[in-house]
Amino acid sequence: MLFLAWLGWNLADRPTDFFNIFLIGLTQGSVYALVALGYTLVYGILQLINFAHGDVFALTGLFASSLITDRFQLDETSTALVIVGGLLATFLICMAFGALVNATIELVAYRRLRSAPRLAVLITAVGMSFIVQNISLAIFNVNFRSVPPLISDSNVFTVGGVHYSWQALFVVLVTAPVLVLLTWLVKSTRQGKAMRATAQDPEASAMMGINVNRTISFTFLLAGGLAGIGAVLFLVEFNVRYDTGFELGLIAFTAAVLGGIGNLSGAVLGAIIIGMIQAFNEGPFLWAPGSDWTRSIVFGILIAILVFRPEGLLGERTPEGG
Amino acid sequence: MPRRRDRARSSLRGYRADASRRSGLHVVGDGWRTLPRPVRQFSPAIALLVLAATYPLYLSSLPSGNVPIIHSFPSVRSAVTILVFTTMAVGLNVVVGYCGLLDLGYVAFYAIGAYTAGWLASGQFQQVRFHFGSVGVTHTANGIHISIWLVLVLAALLTALGGILIGLPTLRLRGDYLAIVTLGFGEIIPQFVRNADSLHGFDLTNGTFGISPIDSPGFGNSLKTSLGLPSAYSQDFDADRLFFWTALGILILTIVCCIRLRDSRLGRAWIAIREDETAAGAMGIPLMRTKTWAYAIGAFFGGISGAYIASFNAGAFPSQFNFNISVFLLCMVILGGMGSIWGVVVAGVILSWLNVEGLANIGTWLNDNIFPAGHQIEVAKYQFGIYGVIIVLMMMFRPQGLIPEARRKREIEESGGHGPLDSSLYEMRSADERGGTGVPHG
Repeated sequence: MLFLAWLGWNLADRPTDFFNIFLIGLTQGSVYALVALGYTLVYGILQLINFAHGDVFALTGLFASSLITDRFQLDETSTALVIVGGLLATFLICMAFGALVNATIELVAYRRLRSAPRLAVLITAVGMSFIVQNISLAIFNVNFRSVPPLISDSNVFTVGGVHYSWQALFVVLVTAPVLVLLTWLVKSTRQGKAMRATAQDPEASAMMGINVNRTISFTFLLAGGLAGIGAVLFLVEFNVRYDTGFELGLIAFTAAVLGGIGNLSGAVLGAIIIGMIQAFNEGPFLWAPGSDWTRSIVFGILIAILVFRPEGLLGERTPEGG
Repeated sequence: MPRRRDRARSSLRGYRADASRRSGLHVVGDGWRTLPRPVRQFSPAIALLVLAATYPLYLSSLPSGNVPIIHSFPSVRSAVTILVFTTMAVGLNVVVGYCGLLDLGYVAFYAIGAYTAGWLASGQFQQVRFHFGSVGVTHTANGIHISIWLVLVLAALLTALGGILIGLPTLRLRGDYLAIVTLGFGEIIPQFVRNADSLHGFDLTNGTFGISPIDSPGFGNSLKTSLGLPSAYSQDFDADRLFFWTALGILILTIVCCIRLRDSRLGRAWIAIREDETAAGAMGIPLMRTKTWAYAIGAFFGGISGAYIASFNAGAFPSQFNFNISVFLLCMVILGGMGSIWGVVVAGVILSWLNVEGLANIGTWLNDNIFPAGHQIEVAKYQFGIYGVIIVLMMMFRPQGLIPEARRKREIEESGGHGPLDSSLYEMRSADERGGTGVPHG
């Protein structure tokens, strides 16, 4: 309530900044959503917090940066057609790359522990996170990597001081169809149905003739692919380093928990809320704590949700969560 | 059941006796067995202790600089850090090993301990002047200067309180949620100390620069003249040795406490919770209180180690406290064997040594002798990747750890060989686990 009052007061005080920040939050939230979906998909089916997911994101981002700058040699002087083509190719390659890395992790590390207790798999996931992070470190070294501003920073429209840049539009233009496609995939295809069945009860699904291992692999592929798209979007605006994935992954995981882990639309909602909170926190407002405190605030939210409402905003109250 | 075990033991003893008689070693063996039981029980530990306590004395006669692979033995200064981190691992073992609660934010306790030492034994608060048994500081110096011995206790108690405060709301959660909440605290507290240099204009932690210098332990001038004890460690010629022996004392105290706790009513309750939380609750163990105790006691040892290492380094800096440290400590517990004190001590010493200087030395040796020029690898850069590999491999192939707890070995023996060898892990399962197929014990 206090937070809403604070928001309302800011809206009245500096409306222009408010809407600008709102749009930044929406953009940021879209990227988080793609990563948060990966956590939620995997958690839904294995009840596993896949710690390595954020690091797969960072590795894919670094891979994308080398693709764009070294392989395709795109920069702001390239013609529009080349940029669009290059980015499209980058998206496709990075999706495949992220998907493969993620599925490989599952195959190598988690599959052997299928019947082991959950904490054993969780500890393994922490270990895998460090391994993937160090693979990024070994290949791409410690430096931040970024790409030239491929998408113009200029504005699509400006209404009374509220700017909407092409970059922000680009993020939303990519994210929205991906989300629609994902919903269709999970809701309407045979494989999606198998995923939902396995998430509900793996043993019963196996008895019904669903190949559980293949379904889990498919889930990891899907999650990795989403992380790949998210990584390219992130790279267009920010820079990436080998350890970027750790913090971003935790933020995205918080988003997934906020929305109700295991719930796809919840993850998107949670991600947008977290994006907004981050943007407003770092915005030029009175009493905004600033970016120094972002991590504390996000984790504070995470702890508060887990303690008071473990099922999240949209999740169902489960025996484990309640 | 006990009778069967006795029979098995006596037949085993008989076999061993035959074997030693054949080899002609029975004189030694018989002599050993005539010794009283406490001597037999404690002599390996005492031998190890003597070997450790005299380490600074015989270090100079060990070869240095030309030892294959490890280059040289750790200096006394490194050995202090090794001992303190081992103490922390033993403390974490209470939470993770005994009670089966995955704590990914142990670094928070380390930080609380270190900063308590910073607040109570340094010139951080220039506004006040309070001295209580401080040594090595002039009496006109501003700030709070309390004797480090007292600060160690205060820091431990305060950290235990922190553990209770963190634990109370979160310990209701099941395993993986608890892990992520502890991780959250482990991230919040370092960020707090990094940013709390102007809380409404009040400088609590001195921001990224950290609190420095922190006073060192010592016994003061009067005890120096009467008993010959060192006045203040940092002003002593052999400061590192003094710090070493004190750290060893703290580690031994921690180990003794943990062994006694394990065999106490509380410790048995922890192990019951680890094995089956639902059953333990049904048997009347107060779950929340028991788990909170595990948390508080684990935090206690984290706090005392944090305060001590802050005093040793003469400073507490926010960059010391990150998630990597939590995982590093967890890696020690997993490598040694969850719940196994001696396993954790051995793994703690090995891994902390690798962290302090071992990896760098081994890396140099590998680059000089194995890797061809041009393909050199900075091994120390990948230390956390190496810990990750250790964690994953242990979980896959030897989840019970290198030196499994004796209790588990006995359990496996008693189950007549048809218990799963990695049954130790089944004990970690949370009560609500979905796919649990653990074979019942006993």
